[in-house]
Amino acid sequence: MTLPPLRRPRSADLTATFAGFPLPSGLELPPYRRRELFLLGYAGILATAALAALTLARDGTIGFQVFTYGLGFFSLWALAHLAVRRFAPAADPVLLPVVAALNGIGLVMIYRLDLAKADAARRAGREVPTGAAQTQLVWTLLAVVVFILVLAVVRDHRSLARYAYTAGLVGLVFLVLPIAPGIGATINGARLWLQVGPFSFQPSEVSKIILMIFFAAYLVNKRDVLSVASRSFLGMKIPRARDLGPVLVAWAASLGVLVVQKDLGSSLLFFGMFLVILYVATQQASWVAIGLALFMLGAVVAHSLFGHVQIRVDGWLHAFDGENPSNTSYQLVQGLYGFAAGGITGTGIGQGSPQRVPFANTDFIMASLGEELGLTGVMAILLLYALVAARGIRAALGAKDPFGKLLATGLSATLALQVFVQVGGVMRLIPLTGLTLPFVSYGGSSIVANAAIIALLLRISDAARRLEEPVPDAPLFDPSAVSESPTQVVKTT
Amino acid sequence: MDPTEPSELVLLLVKIGFLALLWGFVLVAVRAVRLDMFGPTQRQRRRQPVAARAPAPAGRPPARVRPPRQDPRPPPPAPPAADATPTRLVVTKGHLAGTTIPLGPEGITIGRAPDSTLVLEDDFASGRHARLVPHDGQWFVEDLGSTNGTFLNRTKVTSPMPVPLGAPVRIGKTVLELHR
Repeated sequence: MTLPPLRRPRSADLTATFAGFPLPSGLELPPYRRRELFLLGYAGILATAALAALTLARDGTIGFQVFTYGLGFFSLWALAHLAVRRFAPAADPVLLPVVAALNGIGLVMIYRLDLAKADAARRAGREVPTGAAQTQLVWTLLAVVVFILVLAVVRDHRSLARYAYTAGLVGLVFLVLPIAPGIGATINGARLWLQVGPFSFQPSEVSKIILMIFFAAYLVNKRDVLSVASRSFLGMKIPRARDLGPVLVAWAASLGVLVVQKDLGSSLLFFGMFLVILYVATQQASWVAIGLALFMLGAVVAHSLFGHVQIRVDGWLHAFDGENPSNTSYQLVQGLYGFAAGGITGTGIGQGSPQRVPFANTDFIMASLGEELGLTGVMAILLLYALVAARGIRAALGAKDPFGKLLATGLSATLALQVFVQVGGVMRLIPLTGLTLPFVSYGGSSIVANAAIIALLLRISDAARRLEEPVPDAPLFDPSAVSESPTQVVKTT
Repeated sequence: MDPTEPSELVLLLVKIGFLALLWGFVLVAVRAVRLDMFGPTQRQRRRQPVAARAPAPAGRPPARVRPPRQDPRPPPPAPPAADATPTRLVVTKGHLAGTTIPLGPEGITIGRAPDSTLVLEDDFASGRHARLVPHDGQWFVEDLGSTNGTFLNRTKVTSPMPVPLGAPVRIGKTVLELHR
């Protein structure tokens, strides 16, 4: 039998080639963007409703300014939506609105804690402290700007793979920066911040993205070697040392730096992140075993060497024993009482007393939410995070290039891990570590970095859903076209 | 105490209302995900034309109109009347597992060459390894003289062979299937 003749794909005759092709989904006005706008409107209503419920509970009335704030919040994220329309029209419609909703809930809760703090200060006759909500609003604006910038600058995520080793180096430098004298600052016992004037910034948040780019790009090149060239031992494949080198160096360096900086949460996050991406890249269960063994070893060593780790573990295991509740595990126990006070439906926004927990608006914002929204609300919020992670993994599944796959998997796993480590710590499932809840907690660097992660995920999902735009080939050589033309000097580059 | 304080009942309703709104958002988002993955459900499909012809005079029910697909993937080129016609190529194994490519009348070329429709980064794939083409309403796989061969159901493809729905086509470490 004979089939139609083989035609060169994407020849110079593009119109004919693509005439019968279904229109690339990214080029027609996709239904996703309308769906995204709809969901974003819902997120705006949700944030406005939260603020309205708060003012009703506090002042007894709902002022006009509630709607102004709601509209402002919506227009802020609508800017991001317009950028997605312009730069990534085929991207996932769910990610952005879910992130906006989380951010809105977080902003209202931070504002609510501000009000409680201001009340307490007024009662005690002290000066009313400046609100964290305003600062967080500015950071949110900055996060949206960074989101748009990342979408606009990174037009093709594959171009990031070219900067693999540069990214690795920059990521490590960012990790080390806070140790540098002069610009580094110690806040709450961890030397994690860069302090320039009144602004403090946590560079490890940025370096987690940059290191993820390095790892994805490196493993794309090396994964065949890592999964094939290895010796078998106890039924597991042990890779050769030289294949592991750069990964282990980066791993050890980031962990070492984090241990020196006394930031437990970030070490845990980095460790888990590398393990996930290594496993996904090589599909070798032995990596999980090796990683977990290394993790156990690291945990035991850290526990015996560092006092602050011992305090955390003791506060976790013996939270209610002896002097702990009023001492080292005070915060944790107060957070748990908050959850308990919330019960199934919560006390209602503005009607609990989440301000009793120290750092209620950063590390313990989940306890505040648990108290005022209850189990029902916390479950909804966790589901929203699950949606973000699932959509990230979906983008990874659809990606047509291995680098995009690994990067999207790594980034969504990072978000999911961060939520697990954070919420697990607050709920006393694992030892308490200082991490922020992405998009919800008060903290500028966190929201900016996580917005960049979402922008990258949208970029990858856009590339995955859009048919590749035709790249015009050089026209096929046609002897008659050049036979008449004079001889030319052709420059080769 | 405070005269402006709203009643307990109002606060309770506000609390429940907000939680309902929150869960509503979750459900709407999940619905968007669902639409994205499976297309509209039977019920939504049935509901939509009703909404579309609501202003039309109610009498004899008009012929069933196929609602515009909300599926973000491009609609299948051929009308899916014949249900056995595959509309997409799904990579089920290998580095690109999960990737879906809509099938057009032009067919699909597979190989390491960057101008292939499906670009494999597989050491066992040739530059122009194989192609899938429609012929007389069926899809055929044809090996383009690859080094390591193309396999359909463990049979080496030497001449063009018809590919049934869901049959694995293996190229190097990659396995492809035609899906509806």
